[in-house]
Amino acid sequence: MIAELGQVFLVAALASAFLQFLGGTSSLFINIENIEKFVERITAFQTLSLVICFGLLTTAFLQDDFSVLYVASNSNTALPTGYKIAAVWGGHEGSLLLWVLILSIWTLFLSRDTALKSSPELRIMALSILGLISLGFLVFILYTSNPFDRILPSPLQGRGLNPLLQDPALVIHPPTLYAGYVGLAVPFSLAVSSLLTINNHQWAKHARSWTVLSWMFLTGGIALGSWWAYYELGWGGWWFWDPVENASLMPWFLATALMHSLIISEKRGLFNGFSTLLAITAFSLSLLGTFLVRSGVLISVHSFASDPQRGLFILVLLAFFSGSALIIYSIKQKKNEQETVHPLSRESLLLLNNVFLCASAGLVLIGTIYPLILEMLDLGKISVGPPYFNFVILFPFIPLLMTIGVAVFSNWNQGPKNLMKKLSPIILIAILLGAMVPFVYGWASLLTLVGVSLAFWTILTGVSPLIKNRFSINKNLIYMPMILGHIGLGLMILGITVTSSYGITFDDSMSIEQSSNVGDYEFKLTEIGRRNGPNYLAQYASIEISKDGEYIETVYPEKRVYDSSSMGMTEAGIEANLFRDLFIAVGEDIGGGSWSMHLQYKPLLRLIWYGPIVMMLGGFIRVFLSKKNLENYQ
Amino acid sequence: MKENKILPRHKRFLGILATLIGVTFAIYLILTSFQSNLLYYLTPSEAITQNLDEQRSFRIGGLVEMESFKRADGSLTSRFVLTDGIESIEVNYTGILPDLFREGQGIIVTGSFDNKKLFIATEVLAKHDENYMPPKIHAAKEPAL
Repeated sequence: MIAELGQVFLVAALASAFLQFLGGTSSLFINIENIEKFVERITAFQTLSLVICFGLLTTAFLQDDFSVLYVASNSNTALPTGYKIAAVWGGHEGSLLLWVLILSIWTLFLSRDTALKSSPELRIMALSILGLISLGFLVFILYTSNPFDRILPSPLQGRGLNPLLQDPALVIHPPTLYAGYVGLAVPFSLAVSSLLTINNHQWAKHARSWTVLSWMFLTGGIALGSWWAYYELGWGGWWFWDPVENASLMPWFLATALMHSLIISEKRGLFNGFSTLLAITAFSLSLLGTFLVRSGVLISVHSFASDPQRGLFILVLLAFFSGSALIIYSIKQKKNEQETVHPLSRESLLLLNNVFLCASAGLVLIGTIYPLILEMLDLGKISVGPPYFNFVILFPFIPLLMTIGVAVFSNWNQGPKNLMKKLSPIILIAILLGAMVPFVYGWASLLTLVGVSLAFWTILTGVSPLIKNRFSINKNLIYMPMILGHIGLGLMILGITVTSSYGITFDDSMSIEQSSNVGDYEFKLTEIGRRNGPNYLAQYASIEISKDGEYIETVYPEKRVYDSSSMGMTEAGIEANLFRDLFIAVGEDIGGGSWSMHLQYKPLLRLIWYGPIVMMLGGFIRVFLSKKNLENYQ
Repeated sequence: MKENKILPRHKRFLGILATLIGVTFAIYLILTSFQSNLLYYLTPSEAITQNLDEQRSFRIGGLVEMESFKRADGSLTSRFVLTDGIESIEVNYTGILPDLFREGQGIIVTGSFDNKKLFIATEVLAKHDENYMPPKIHAAKEPAL
């Protein structure tokens, strides 16, 4: 019964998405006042239908209803209740349902944006475009990936959830990342709507908070994914340049650029075309990301054995949405009036950094899709490894970080005054602080020195308004998003540079009572034992960590075998504080009483995740301080 | 007066020049780093029939042959045979094998040939889906089924 009800509400959502699109578009031809209430209501109805759909699917999971194919393939009776709920988005069909659910929630909130009500044409057309996007994905779900399909005869037991996904961080990683991906549909719809209706830079004002909000989710989702990969998947790596990771990084680069470009468009009415283009590309790249993850065209940790029809469908959606948006752009976008901007004014410097961000996205894009294109043309199968990305990303990023600090000290619409006098002490302090790092950890390379100095430079210039305004909360409130955003970025860069330059990683064979030295730390294997988990059997090692003979902590890395699958899983033992991570993972019994072990020492690794948290805090302040608050302090 | 008229044109010219230099540099950068970082992905048959440079590393995808896995007690070094059903290659790897590594499983190895016979792997990847198979093996297997 539940599955049939689910079908009904899925179709109801589809119908309302269609009406939302149709109603919104009709505003071009009939009096908009007649249609506003209708579009608002149908938007709410669509969201309600999808919430019910999602609730029904969750119920099917909680009731272990294995007559539903999707439940049978992603859950079983032994799964803990929390993971039964997470299993709802653990597979292809459910995660797409989550995708449209999140889209409809964003749409609902946009339809309640009071500031946007002041320009009804822009608003209704944006809602119409969001309806069309939702329609496309609902057709996709009903046509190729229906989570409510029945299986007859129904199996007595389900296949269970992929053990890799049975982890708290992975429960929230997909919804967070999706909220970010899908959230970029909002600035996209506002940009295209603006082209079709008012065709001026007013949309930028309305799109800013929405962009920052989805950027926050995207930042959080990527950081969570990286953290999960570190302790669960990757033998202690935190970024692999895996195509699917890249798929989330590219929209992030562009969302960051868009966030800054919208400031210029709103404040100065400039670069409106560039902002529009960024909004279109950012969302196109999140669709591309969905395609890369869901189509199975990639060799990736995220690829599922899947049906090529699905990939093709998403590709058609991608081509349709970005293609038509670009066509509308090329027809409608007005030529910018010739305005002269000072090359060292804030708008020029922000534009310059946006170009660097676009270049970063472009370099990552080439490395990600080049192998796919070659394969499609039958020119052989290749893969582009991390060395490519690690190398090329430096070229846009070093000048980007240099410019950031200068941009903070620049002014709108004019050149900076006494720039060198203001900046030279900061440059000096940044380099001195940077030089401390080789002093503490030892000399690594010039690149390390440059990296850490740039990190300190970003942090110092970021906090400079705080110092200038003598730490007064009132005066600084408006700068807080920028201050926190830049501090977060600086911390992250510091973490990345120090970890990559001074980290130690190696495999060793260990037997009981034997130890292995990792830098200054000693890891001693004291015991190998077995224990039972709720739905798995684990073999654990007990490892005593000490430094200079002083005991620090005992960690228990595990090797798990889940009942539902033959797959082994590695749970690492991690001892971490702000300054360093110590990591050990059990390999396997290699005979002769020895075990293979993976050992790691990573200084300042935590900053790679704390940085994004600080950045998100900045975004949070920007979004949730009401406009009034910000204006009052201006 | 005359200078003022020329200035915008100069500016545009400088803009175009800067863009051209930027683009050229970007292409140069991509090409050179591609050259050194591209990894070709081959099946064992392709790896054997093609004349491969011994210095260059590449990836081979295949199935671990049944009962081919060997390891000396307490050693991190293991040996196994990778096959696509037509040709086989002996692989030597020092380090921890992935959780999903087992005989009969589809895996990908990165490394280079020591001589025509032995492949020295620096990385072994097994996919995180039990149903995963390297795409080409999948294609090769289907007609046989």
